[in-house]
Amino acid sequence: MRHDISILIIGLLVVLTTASIVAAILSARAPKPLSSTLVNLTQRINAWWVMVALMTVAFFFGRYGLTILFALISFASLREFVTLTHTRRSDHWVLLGMFGIIIPFQYWLVWTAWYGLFVIFIPVYCFLLMPAITALHGDTERFLERIAAQQWAVMISVYCVSHVPALLTLDVPGFEGRNLLLIAFLIIVVQGSDVLQYIFGKLFGKHRFSPTVSPSKTWEGLIGGLVSASLLGALLSFVTPFSPLQAACVAFVACSMGFLGGLVASAIKRDQGVKDWGHLIEGHGGMMDRTDSLIFAAPIFFHIVRYFWTV
Amino acid sequence: MSKIALKTFTLLQTVTSVGLSALAWVVTGVRPIWNGSQPSDRQRIYFANHTSHGDFILLSACLSEKERAITHAVAAGEYWGKSRLRRFIAEDMLSSVLINRQWTKPEENPIEIMLSVLDQGHSLILFPEGTRNMTEEPLLAFRSGLYNLSMARPEVELIPCWIENMSRVLPKGQFLPVPLLCRVVFGAPVTVAPGEERRAFLDRAHATLLALNPRPERDD
Repeated sequence: MRHDISILIIGLLVVLTTASIVAAILSARAPKPLSSTLVNLTQRINAWWVMVALMTVAFFFGRYGLTILFALISFASLREFVTLTHTRRSDHWVLLGMFGIIIPFQYWLVWTAWYGLFVIFIPVYCFLLMPAITALHGDTERFLERIAAQQWAVMISVYCVSHVPALLTLDVPGFEGRNLLLIAFLIIVVQGSDVLQYIFGKLFGKHRFSPTVSPSKTWEGLIGGLVSASLLGALLSFVTPFSPLQAACVAFVACSMGFLGGLVASAIKRDQGVKDWGHLIEGHGGMMDRTDSLIFAAPIFFHIVRYFWTV
Repeated sequence: MSKIALKTFTLLQTVTSVGLSALAWVVTGVRPIWNGSQPSDRQRIYFANHTSHGDFILLSACLSEKERAITHAVAAGEYWGKSRLRRFIAEDMLSSVLINRQWTKPEENPIEIMLSVLDQGHSLILFPEGTRNMTEEPLLAFRSGLYNLSMARPEVELIPCWIENMSRVLPKGQFLPVPLLCRVVFGAPVTVAPGEERRAFLDRAHATLLALNPRPERDD
């Protein structure tokens, strides 16, 4: 597995180095002052260096590293989500519980591989108990809106995100001890699809996919991104339990979910009147701006692998 | 004690300020937005909306180390001077300046105390509402201090600072903060116009601060 991870890391380094060189050449040739697109491109690539470095460190520490990293990603995402929603003073204890109890407990369930509770803790127990606590506080002002937003916040930022490290708990015959590679495959394919959609959209984008939700998403970007990301998936099949054709199909489904995740995230941001979720990652916006596609892809990818490849 | 002697930061104050700024970043990801003014080490009075004990921590986390060492929050003596522990926290750890709102003796005159700080070249963080705002109103009416200080020391810049979301992070009566993103918007300096009346100036400063709120529809 060391060998496979090394190949992936070297591959990423080559891609990032190429991207940095291309951006530097483009910036050198472009008229000054640089257009905002070019400045943003450089910022995005620089942020990718940092993100890849962090992921590499997390992979180096294996199960510990990834569980902690994704718990922190949940924290950052939840913080962004809750900031955008309407909260009242009487929600204080529920909000504290989301950060102080739900995140640690959900990731403890991942850590101990307690699958039965992992899949129902948030959709069943939290779903019923959080509104009960809110009702007990007696503040009914915009009640349904508040409890719905709280439920969405933990589903999206905690439940869905936690399916990434949960891939480590799956028993795929013949793939023992190599589950880290499933995570690497998912992240590279889904994030790669985002980047490829961005590139295809910038180069060929003409027909908007959904002008009312996200003006930057185009049919050309979507199709180019999905096809190339599926090919990327097939290329990476050597690190997975999938055949090349299976890998392409799985990548296609994951990246389609990722695209829909980005669309839903855009709709929420538009509804709330903001452009970005936050300001954590220079050039990208907030954590959720980077993870929205992974959030939608992870649970589906998890269950596809679990249903078809585990015993 | 109308003349308080200010020293540069003690080790305890430096550690406290670095620690609290780091904590503010972990909990709120706090980020300054300079909208009309720029970071500077010139002498200033930062005046801000006040909803929580965390306000001053958030505002000072947006200043540089150097500015923080000469910037003092003005806090209520009735609350922070009540016990030795509170006084220790306010003065020896946070380097706040305590004033009594119900003062009787001339040496307790809040304006004199604040002027003595300014006269030593230091800056102030002032909450002109005079108390933490727990009402549904986004900003309470200002007290006169801001006007009096500006009349007495017109060369000191008055910078309005809107602190976002802090009332949601740490509502009054709670001691555990909910992690929510916060920004501090620093606006253009406000000055007393020639011949401007006290109330007119205070209302204008009030409106200027209120106008900095980047998401007014969120405040309820």
